[in-house]
Amino acid sequence: MPPVPVEIDIAKVARLARISLTPEEFERYGAQLGDILEHAARVQEAAAADVEPTSHPLPMVNAHRPDEVRESLDRDEVLSQAPDREGPYFRVPPFLEEQ
Amino acid sequence: MSDPADLTIAAAGAALRSGEVRAADLLDAVLRRAAVTEGELHAYLTLDAEGARAAAVAADDDLAAGRDRGLLHGIPIAVKDNMVTRGVETTAGSRILAGYLPPYDATAVGRLREAGAVIVGKTNMDEFAMGSSTENSAYGPTRNPWDTDRVPGGSSGGSAVVVAVGSALGSLGSDTGGSIRQPASMCGLVGLKPTYGLVSRYGLIAFASSLDQIGPFARTVADAVTLFEAIAGHDPADATSYRGTPPEVRSGLDGDVAGLRIGLVSELMGDGIDPEVRDAVAAAAERLEGAGAVVSDVSLPALDYALSAYYLIAPAECSANLARFDGVRYGPRLQGATVEEMMAATRSDGFGPEVTRRILLGTYALSAGYYDAFYGQAQRIRTMVIRDVHAAYREVDVLLSPTSPTTAFPIGERVDDPLSMYLADVCTIPTNLIGDPAVSVPVGLDERGLPIGVQVQAPALGEQVMVRVAAAVERLAGFGARPGMLEALG
Repeated sequence: MPPVPVEIDIAKVARLARISLTPEEFERYGAQLGDILEHAARVQEAAAADVEPTSHPLPMVNAHRPDEVRESLDRDEVLSQAPDREGPYFRVPPFLEEQ
Repeated sequence: MSDPADLTIAAAGAALRSGEVRAADLLDAVLRRAAVTEGELHAYLTLDAEGARAAAVAADDDLAAGRDRGLLHGIPIAVKDNMVTRGVETTAGSRILAGYLPPYDATAVGRLREAGAVIVGKTNMDEFAMGSSTENSAYGPTRNPWDTDRVPGGSSGGSAVVVAVGSALGSLGSDTGGSIRQPASMCGLVGLKPTYGLVSRYGLIAFASSLDQIGPFARTVADAVTLFEAIAGHDPADATSYRGTPPEVRSGLDGDVAGLRIGLVSELMGDGIDPEVRDAVAAAAERLEGAGAVVSDVSLPALDYALSAYYLIAPAECSANLARFDGVRYGPRLQGATVEEMMAATRSDGFGPEVTRRILLGTYALSAGYYDAFYGQAQRIRTMVIRDVHAAYREVDVLLSPTSPTTAFPIGERVDDPLSMYLADVCTIPTNLIGDPAVSVPVGLDERGLPIGVQVQAPALGEQVMVRVAAAVERLAGFGARPGMLEALG
């Protein structure tokens, strides 16, 4: 396949990753990721398209276990670690912006 | 008797059973050692003296009552801070988990406890195990006891250093691209990465799930085997856990290599490998030959691309795994008007530069238009590496190489140059891509007095033959040096 040029739209990638960057970080990460990707782009020349991709070292399909009732984590112990809670729930700011 | 902090696990176990020491004495000894070295080294993030004291007293009571839990009974062990410990702060070296008190124990930690081990504390690491020097910890770097101006390697640098100086007798680390073996090499220790799936990852804070594996640090191959035996085995809580019986490994400690075929990896013995390191590995191979092994050169051409593939695959998996750190369920939260703003503010503040780089890189490699060119191609390289190595194992029983291309490098030398830092993993990454086991064994010191390690790799579930060769490398090298700063302690 023809090599895909390395061009990285940092603003878009940061948005997808839910990370906000300062202008200084924007510049620095842009340059560093460019360098890394230039090196990583070598993978494009190396592997033929007919080589099967490997996503995992073990040849596994599904891992089943018996469907049994077991102890779960203590709810209050789990919720005690949340930055904000309301009764038995995690509490977060509004999901939807005002229409 | 010498200071109990300097004992191997095997010797400490013998001293416990002869009544020469109690578990409480062993704990006191490692805590004393921590007290005099931590100011300079910063290898622990959390010392759980209280919890450890209770466990040591229980271990002594059990032994007095005739309840012997085995080789780790009463032995003080440290755990890398990316394995959750119930009620004991677990941060994975990140600010985004500051103050987190997990509601459960990782399976590997639970197994150590069942085996009677005394968990001393949590060790420093590169944030979320991303790094090769332990400089990427949000809580400050760990220093190498062999030369405190140098890094201990990483990402499990804290787990290496505590064993090197005796503030624990053994430890657990995690290895995604060399994070056990490379610091073991740089600190003069044995570090073992088991076959993928042999040790449960339940409760290991995930970095790259298809590569991560927990394993031990120890001063001897025998001690590493003892720790491995305690933590290996199927766990229904980890869907990728190996379902069979773990291989029998201990008999490999006889170190009988007569007739074994050993392949020296050509791609890892050339340019980019420090000549002193290369010479030390070649010398180890010669000694194995002298002991009756058959040594030959083996070429694995796909290795030239393994590093590039790894630095797409690992960030891709990390970008997915680290999505869970969003200020909702654990860790600090920064305010935002909407949930999205809150998450972005929390993540930007909570992640350090290397983690941010890898999340961005992985997000990019998985994004529309680039997925096949980067992530897809990297997965094909992974297949090619596996094919090359499988072909080699038709000719040889194990592979031998350096563990790290250089000995410990100076603090600050590479931290702002990600690519040069990534090169530190070139010898160790292939086995993570394949899922095979590998172990680093110390063989000597370079001109500066810094430890050099040799890596032995074997096919999946081949821990027994791997340990057999490692035990021979260890015996034939006769490495007995310890960090100079310990001599100064008297």
